[in-house]
Amino acid sequence: MMMTSDNRPAAPAVSRQISLSKVIHRETIIGWLFVLPALVMYAVFVLLPLLMSIQYSFFRWDGIGSMTWVGFDNYATVLEVPDLLGTIFNAFKLVVFFSFIPVTLGLVVASIIHRVAPGRLGAVARTVLFLPQVIPLVAAGIIWGWLLALPGLINQSLRAIGLSAVTRAWLGDFDWALPAVGFIGVWVLLGFCTVLLWTGMTKLDPALFESARIDGASWFAEFRRVTVPLLRHEIGVCLTVTVIAALAAFDIVYVSTAGGPGNSTAVPGIQIYILAFTEQRIGLASALAVMLMALVLVVVLPIQRLSRETT
Amino acid sequence: MLSKRTVFSVIAVLAVLVTATQMPSFAVAQTAPSCGTEPVTLKATFETGFDLPFRLSEEFAKQYPNVTWDISQDQFANLINTTPRLLSGDNPPDLIRLPTMVSFAKQGLLMNLDDYATAFGWDEWPVPQLNQNRVSPDGIRGSGSLYAMGLNYSLTGIFYNKELADQIGMTEPPKTVAEFEDLLAKAKEAGLLPIMQWGSAKSGMGLAFPLQNLMAAFGPVEPINEWIFQKPGATIDTPENLVAAQHLEQWIQNGYFPPDINAIEYTDANARFGQGEGVFIFNGDWQNAGYDTDMPGNVGFFLMPPAEEGGSPAAMSAPLTFGIAANAKNADCAAFFLNWVASNDEARQINVTVGGSNPGGPADASMPSVTEGSVTNETLAAGAVVGLAGTSMDFIANATSAIFAQGWTPELQKVVGGRQDAAGLLTAVQAEYERELAE
Repeated sequence: MMMTSDNRPAAPAVSRQISLSKVIHRETIIGWLFVLPALVMYAVFVLLPLLMSIQYSFFRWDGIGSMTWVGFDNYATVLEVPDLLGTIFNAFKLVVFFSFIPVTLGLVVASIIHRVAPGRLGAVARTVLFLPQVIPLVAAGIIWGWLLALPGLINQSLRAIGLSAVTRAWLGDFDWALPAVGFIGVWVLLGFCTVLLWTGMTKLDPALFESARIDGASWFAEFRRVTVPLLRHEIGVCLTVTVIAALAAFDIVYVSTAGGPGNSTAVPGIQIYILAFTEQRIGLASALAVMLMALVLVVVLPIQRLSRETT
Repeated sequence: MLSKRTVFSVIAVLAVLVTATQMPSFAVAQTAPSCGTEPVTLKATFETGFDLPFRLSEEFAKQYPNVTWDISQDQFANLINTTPRLLSGDNPPDLIRLPTMVSFAKQGLLMNLDDYATAFGWDEWPVPQLNQNRVSPDGIRGSGSLYAMGLNYSLTGIFYNKELADQIGMTEPPKTVAEFEDLLAKAKEAGLLPIMQWGSAKSGMGLAFPLQNLMAAFGPVEPINEWIFQKPGATIDTPENLVAAQHLEQWIQNGYFPPDINAIEYTDANARFGQGEGVFIFNGDWQNAGYDTDMPGNVGFFLMPPAEEGGSPAAMSAPLTFGIAANAKNADCAAFFLNWVASNDEARQINVTVGGSNPGGPADASMPSVTEGSVTNETLAAGAVVGLAGTSMDFIANATSAIFAQGWTPELQKVVGGRQDAAGLLTAVQAEYERELAE
């Protein structure tokens, strides 16, 4: 350390060290004190329920009476009942709509805004795209329900341009209900991804883009070779947030289809809700919830890892 | 040492005490429970969107000024989920709309109303009224102790648009299923939508109504009720029910229902029927006031006809069930309210005008008057027919708390989508039923 150089008396240095460590110690305590309220809330409302869910998942319990220990029976049931396992497959299909499409489209849109419309037009575009984040999801779900209904605006528009053959009740069609719910997801999450990625782009060194352009790089080459590689962290954050939104989806699905038709849009979130509150099978619901959490971690941790690696 | 005198006086005091303790209990047996004269706050949980309980509670507070109401409300689907928590909480409701009751009765969350039934004379009312609210100790509905009362007794059947029915030449209600199917075919030929019905998972699959009506047309109602009441060994997968399901499947394939039925919610279906889309709709008399408003004078009602001419028409009919929490603070007053609803003339009038259903009550109670031209006249008359025939059933959607969400709705939606057939529908629902009861 600089302070204990040889040409200085030892004692004052030591005392300074002590006082410094005291300061650090005090700062640590103050720091913890600042964090404490949030930490208490986090422990009470996140960690504790999480641990309780894990505990419940090993019991048969109706939420009121006595609990019966059943070991891993609830987990076995989730794996045995095809309807329960099917919800997990549906969740992965939603990942395409909630995650891949918004992130890809978001990159394209953000890069266009960044290159073509840096001024007022870009600000308007960003605001419009971000609006769905501000609208409560339940209200959005109801409005989309109307738009996608057979007599709704989307089918009216299709009829107006002579596409009557493709009109259908989008949310009531076995093949189209999941893509339709996914489309609502794209609408909600595109703005979030665009704004996050655009913010990332504005922090990039303009010299890089300039030199690329001087070298005669096309928009696409610039996008592929400069923008995307440098935005790894932002893309990682976008993917993480949207993948979690897809796997743990509840509100959009519940308000637009409630899992129907058949079980074609049933996702784990809906099943957990029905199992816990309609069927009063808290144990089975908790087991599905714990498995969902494990699944989210398994999918999201590699994404985190990839985005943190430096090139 | 005790003197003789002291002994005598002790005996005398004891005798007085014994008589005194006996006297009040004798008096209680004589006067039925009431809301008393002291201020009482009745805590109640009602269902959102249904005016009747609110209007009844207003009238009750007018007649009994010492009673004030503390009412909370929620959607039916939410009530299914919150009721166990409300009932088991520290401050449970005195009066609550019960979406289902067997599990709550078994868990000891509901007050046993047998003593009130004796005190108020409910057990002398026509039998079917109370039976649906009885639960035996092993959790079978239909007999045992009383755990709830009906505010009224709803009736289901087929509503029709009179103008459109004229167009297809329907001069009187069909007498057999075959006659009804003829009318459906004629409506289809005339370019009309034969039946408007809802089917979105958000409100639950409305095809459960025509399906159950067909079941009762092709077979007896007892096995259906036994299945709903969870009698051991009961099954919905019977040969008669298969015929019924096949008819429904045929109706679907013939295009008798709207093509977007899987996305139509309850309120949308009724709105579209009110605007003239659909000749028929399967629904219950709780919707009477709505139809009277939307299409005054243009809506009629008939019961689902039997398979053979001369047979008895059957109908789903269920009490609008209200219970009292096991730990309710004002149970006496709540029970008194339930009795008042069935016996007070003003209450019965509100019940019919606002609720549209039969108010039930004692056999000799007067039937309130109904506005002329209201479809309520037709539903009340039909209710009398079903009452005489003894062919009322509860709803197959209410057999267990999740059978509608996890069984009927997804499986019937699959039939609409061509991904399930009649036989598969019954097998799948029976399997779900057994899975739920195995818990």
